[in-house]
Amino acid sequence: MSHFHPEIRQRAEELVALYPRARSAMLPLLHLAQEQDGYLSQAGIDEVAALTGTTSADVRGTAAFYDMFHLEPVGKYVVGVCTNIACLLAGGEEFLEHAAKTLGCAVGSTTSDGLFTLEETECLADCDRAPCVQVNHRYVRTTTPATFDALVDDLRQGKLDADVPAHGTLIRVRRSGGLRAPRQEIADQRVRSSAARAQRAEEAK
Amino acid sequence: MAVLDSPRIVSSRAEFADGHTLSRYLATGGYVALRKALTMFPEQVAAEVDAASLLGRGGAGFPAGRKWSMLRKSPVSYLVVNGDESEPATFKDHFLVERDPHQLIEGVIIAAYALQVSQAFIYVRGEFALGLERVQQAVNDAYAEGALGSKIFGSDFSIDVVVHPGAGAYICGEETALIEGLEGKRGFPRIKPPFFPAVTGLYGEPTVVNNVETMSNLPWIVNNGGAAFAALGAGRSTGTRLFALAGRVNNPGVYEIEMVKNTFRDLIFDPRLGGGVKDGRALKAIIPGGVSAPWFGPDLLDLPLGQDEVGEKGSMLGSGSVVVLDETSCVVRAAWRITKFFSRESCGQCTPCREGSGWIERAMYRLEHGGGRMEDMDLLLDLCDNIAPGLSWPPQQTTICVLGSSIPSSVHSAIAMFPDDFKAHVIHGGCPHD
Repeated sequence: MSHFHPEIRQRAEELVALYPRARSAMLPLLHLAQEQDGYLSQAGIDEVAALTGTTSADVRGTAAFYDMFHLEPVGKYVVGVCTNIACLLAGGEEFLEHAAKTLGCAVGSTTSDGLFTLEETECLADCDRAPCVQVNHRYVRTTTPATFDALVDDLRQGKLDADVPAHGTLIRVRRSGGLRAPRQEIADQRVRSSAARAQRAEEAK
Repeated sequence: MAVLDSPRIVSSRAEFADGHTLSRYLATGGYVALRKALTMFPEQVAAEVDAASLLGRGGAGFPAGRKWSMLRKSPVSYLVVNGDESEPATFKDHFLVERDPHQLIEGVIIAAYALQVSQAFIYVRGEFALGLERVQQAVNDAYAEGALGSKIFGSDFSIDVVVHPGAGAYICGEETALIEGLEGKRGFPRIKPPFFPAVTGLYGEPTVVNNVETMSNLPWIVNNGGAAFAALGAGRSTGTRLFALAGRVNNPGVYEIEMVKNTFRDLIFDPRLGGGVKDGRALKAIIPGGVSAPWFGPDLLDLPLGQDEVGEKGSMLGSGSVVVLDETSCVVRAAWRITKFFSRESCGQCTPCREGSGWIERAMYRLEHGGGRMEDMDLLLDLCDNIAPGLSWPPQQTTICVLGSSIPSSVHSAIAMFPDDFKAHVIHGGCPHD
């Protein structure tokens, strides 16, 4: 009995098929597990382990290395405020303090209604619009306290549900079809191209 | 005045809001270079890249052509593209994956053809949700167009490209850690030797790892020839480069300018580029090449933006980032925040990096927040020296990868350039700017 919903399970199997080794699908599968459950639940981890031919402990240990994976439940909206160098120079620390006050939760924690989790992030590579804020890894580009507060209101009222989907970095990332170059074709191609190149090198002499 | 008449090689579609779509890409010369490349022998394509003297745009600046030729003896199994851009204040690959993903993919296919590789992976930083969507859409469209898949554009060459999402780890920008991430493991860098990707890369097989911007240059090089690319710039620094300008400037942004022909002053002050320091204040320092790079003072503003030019002065162009600090910026706070970053992002394998970064961070924290001591400066320099003995440039390495040896750059620079600022923090019992 799959813990993943049929659609997620289907996407997971498609992803595994893209890699020469199943374990390579670990990071995308963990994104999917998080998309379904909002965080990495034990059942989600178990399913990723089964799909990648690893153990649940191995999956948990791998996931714990990466900042984007949550091993405990988080809010529907994960708000990340950058305070790294470019944002620091644009008042990122003060901005983060303001965000904590507006949301009513400490940095690294979740609001009591379960709607928001506030994180201090490292550089998000959008430094020309500092201080940089992401909600569920979407750039929201609110660089002033007033625009941030307006954003929070909009999120609370569900006005931005289309722009900022809950959880899931890959929610709109779907490959159309599997691999197209058959293994045998690739092997033949390599033999042909090596032989042709050797011949050209020979002729050049 | 800045020299701005060079061609825009990788940012030519910046003016279009739909530069990421296949229709715009085809309407602006897209996939012409790939069709041309497919009429050439693979080694002829590689020779053009060699002639271009294209230096890798990821940070290390290794010549892309030479990276490829290291592999000519044995066939390459995989091509891996590094789009895990995480060096603080670097945002040029973010621009390329979001705004011109087809250009990247065309470059990837050209490289794959030159190397005769049929499996390529594009590793895109996980935090680039929109970038991931756009690169995947572009890959889907490229398959539909016949540019990807079996026997592309009716040629004899087949290739699959897989878009792989990262998940938030600076260290995965290091090529061997990136490979670990692609193998579904923790991003622990591998020790070199023996794990040079060219020899023992993805799944233990010969692998080429190139940066997004490096790949994005290839369509232009194939269309215009390696010699035309090499005619731009000077010395070892050929072509143009994307510079990500940030910090206390009026117009932060990504600018494509010719290598060497422009200086830091041009980039920061030209009204068509950075437009000067914010509020007309005095420039205090610049951080060239990402936070791993040693800082420069205003005395080096007229240094040309070239690989060797910057290297000879004891820093690096690195990731193409330039951060401006002005007279109101606190250098202690800046160096502390950069160290905090390294401390958070150290993978933890090597003691000097894991322990050293945290130790330096704590000493810097107390200087910035009260509790600093005069002897802390010597302590910090000693800690830095333990991580990168001699504090020379390029740094000596005591760790598996260069994250460790990057840690001392900011702290060493700040102490060497602004000792009085540190003393003021001690005397004031915290940051005088607060």
